[in-house]
Amino acid sequence: MRFFEYEAREIVKRAGIPVTDYGFTRSADEAREIAERIAGPTVIKSQVLSGGRMKAGGVQFADTADEAKAHAETVLKLEINGHMPRGILVDPKADLKQEYYLGVVWDGVRKKPVMLFSDMGGIDIEEVAEQHPDHVGRMHFSSRTEPLDYLAKECIAQTGVTGRALQRITPILSRLAKLFLERDMTLAEINPLGELKDGSFVALDAHMDMENEARPRQKALLKDLEIGDEETREAREATEFEIAGEEVDGMDHRGVAGNVTEFDGNLGLVIGAGGGSLTLFDAVRKFGGEPANYCEIGGNPSVAKACGLAKLVLQKPGVDKIAVMMSIVSNTRVDIVARGVIKACLELGYDPAEKIAIFRIPGAWEDEGYKILDKYGVEYCDRSVSMHQAAKRAVDKIGAAA
Amino acid sequence: MSILLNEDTTFIVQGITGREAVNLTKECLEYGKGAKVVGGVTPGRLGREVHGVPVFDTVEQAVKHHGGPIDGSVVTVPPAFTKDAVMEALANGIKIIVIVTERIPRQDVAQMVEFANECDARIIGPNCLGAIVPDVIKMGGIGGPAKDAAKAYTPGSIGVMSRSGGMTTEISSTLTAAGLGQSTAVSIGGDAIIGSTYTELMPMFEADEQTEAIVIYTEPGGRMEAELAEWVTENNSRLPIVAFMAGKFMDEMPGMSFGHAGTIVEGKADTATEKIARLKEAGIEVAEEIAEIPDLVKAQISKKQEVTA
Repeated sequence: MRFFEYEAREIVKRAGIPVTDYGFTRSADEAREIAERIAGPTVIKSQVLSGGRMKAGGVQFADTADEAKAHAETVLKLEINGHMPRGILVDPKADLKQEYYLGVVWDGVRKKPVMLFSDMGGIDIEEVAEQHPDHVGRMHFSSRTEPLDYLAKECIAQTGVTGRALQRITPILSRLAKLFLERDMTLAEINPLGELKDGSFVALDAHMDMENEARPRQKALLKDLEIGDEETREAREATEFEIAGEEVDGMDHRGVAGNVTEFDGNLGLVIGAGGGSLTLFDAVRKFGGEPANYCEIGGNPSVAKACGLAKLVLQKPGVDKIAVMMSIVSNTRVDIVARGVIKACLELGYDPAEKIAIFRIPGAWEDEGYKILDKYGVEYCDRSVSMHQAAKRAVDKIGAAA
Repeated sequence: MSILLNEDTTFIVQGITGREAVNLTKECLEYGKGAKVVGGVTPGRLGREVHGVPVFDTVEQAVKHHGGPIDGSVVTVPPAFTKDAVMEALANGIKIIVIVTERIPRQDVAQMVEFANECDARIIGPNCLGAIVPDVIKMGGIGGPAKDAAKAYTPGSIGVMSRSGGMTTEISSTLTAAGLGQSTAVSIGGDAIIGSTYTELMPMFEADEQTEAIVIYTEPGGRMEAELAEWVTENNSRLPIVAFMAGKFMDEMPGMSFGHAGTIVEGKADTATEKIARLKEAGIEVAEEIAEIPDLVKAQISKKQEVTA
């Protein structure tokens, strides 16, 4: 989950990393007060979980407190890439001498966290790495012990940075690495770290991503930041349809029938499992089909859950038929899914044979499942029909119907 | 032959009294030549039995009862307790650990992997179904109940590695139907950090005389496929590889995770398009559909044979 900049700065501050005397607010009047307190030029920054803030006009510069208030009013109303700002940050305008990049991420190949440093801060690190590789330092460190300062020092020194900058940035990078582990981050970035004309080093922007799986053990921090469990902070806000999908999945604890993502096609999908869903969604599109949704069933869900998911998809406006497909199942029972989707059709007053374009779930309890499908005249196939062939059959049928 | 496991492999199941673990234990005992499940561990349940397998409070008790080193462990405990369970297994000399549990924070995984490396042990997973040597042994839920696993998997010369547990079986079943058996099939796990990547298992398949070709199932997210492409190029591998890439639609949806925790497009290198290009550059065939895999494998094997002949 992503943090807003004002939250990320708070996290950085708590880790003992120097930050500017900024203020966060949701009101223009308060923005004025903060600017007065700062008593100098300020930067008004929109707080949105989206890139491209600067380009969209979400970052404004003010010389006076009145100007700060006026900018605050505009920025608070400005939608950026579909997101309304959570509030604004009023930051003293930095008198910059130099900008640096500091980051920590996981390296899935080495299976270790890695510190990243560049003396070309303020721009995208991937771009710097591509065009100026000698300006990027990298240092892996152990996740089993507290990161040591000398590793941060070596990382910085790789870029040729020496002198006072090296001395001052070393503990900052090392603290960022420590914070990364302590807070279960998947990304911790200070970009830029500013070296000001007065000789101080301060974090001017921070970007943090916490691993969703670690949220339960980071409760105290999330509570301090007033982030509730309901705030998922996904890349895209969940739609009503997707929220309803989560409710279906939460009906009981047996298996999964959820992870629903909305699309705008006419072929409803009841598909699984993890890899199977990815394969089948691609397959439907490959043959020109237009999926109405993505979803995942697996782990042997109850009849009620399979039924709930199928009903949700069947009721989605624009859905003509559903395709019920999975890779070969070993844990999920074919007969249970068959019963669930047929029940969903019947309860909504549909003929299962008409609404279910294809049923392709081979594996555990398939004979029992096929018996039920036979009874209701639903077209099904076994493992001799590939996932792609099944997807094609569904696309053909919906094409013929339309 | 096989990799990772053989008919003599002994293992325990940690968290054996859980509902899924009870099923898994039965499946492993009944499959192939019957796995040597020499014990189970659930704290506080000492003295019980699961399908005839004795349950202990600690791994140490299980090792003592067995009277010698135990080769492996299947870990099925909840995510908050997994790290401790794995550390316990490693500290007690266990060398191959299959972690079934999902939703483990990657920091925990990284710590387990570091300790495993120090212990000269190997972790498969997390978020995986384990490994199977057809008709011989399975370690984990891979393939499901013995009779279902027997339908999908047959002995042969193809090594299978997959980031999806279910797709390991789908692909193996497709190979089986085309007369291509498997030497060993490994569900390597769907998380961002896993104990054994394709590349780390490749040398074992290389060393296994029975294996003639490799099939991998891949997804967007992470650098595992790029790592494999580099390895293949640098090591002049004797084994032809055929890959299948799922989740192409995700290229248009950066920042969103589908299917597995590790499956997310965070940068250009993570996309399906980029990965397919890297794999192809390294001479790895990329199948458009699962059904094409057997023919591509056969063609690759005969091509290799012509070169050596």
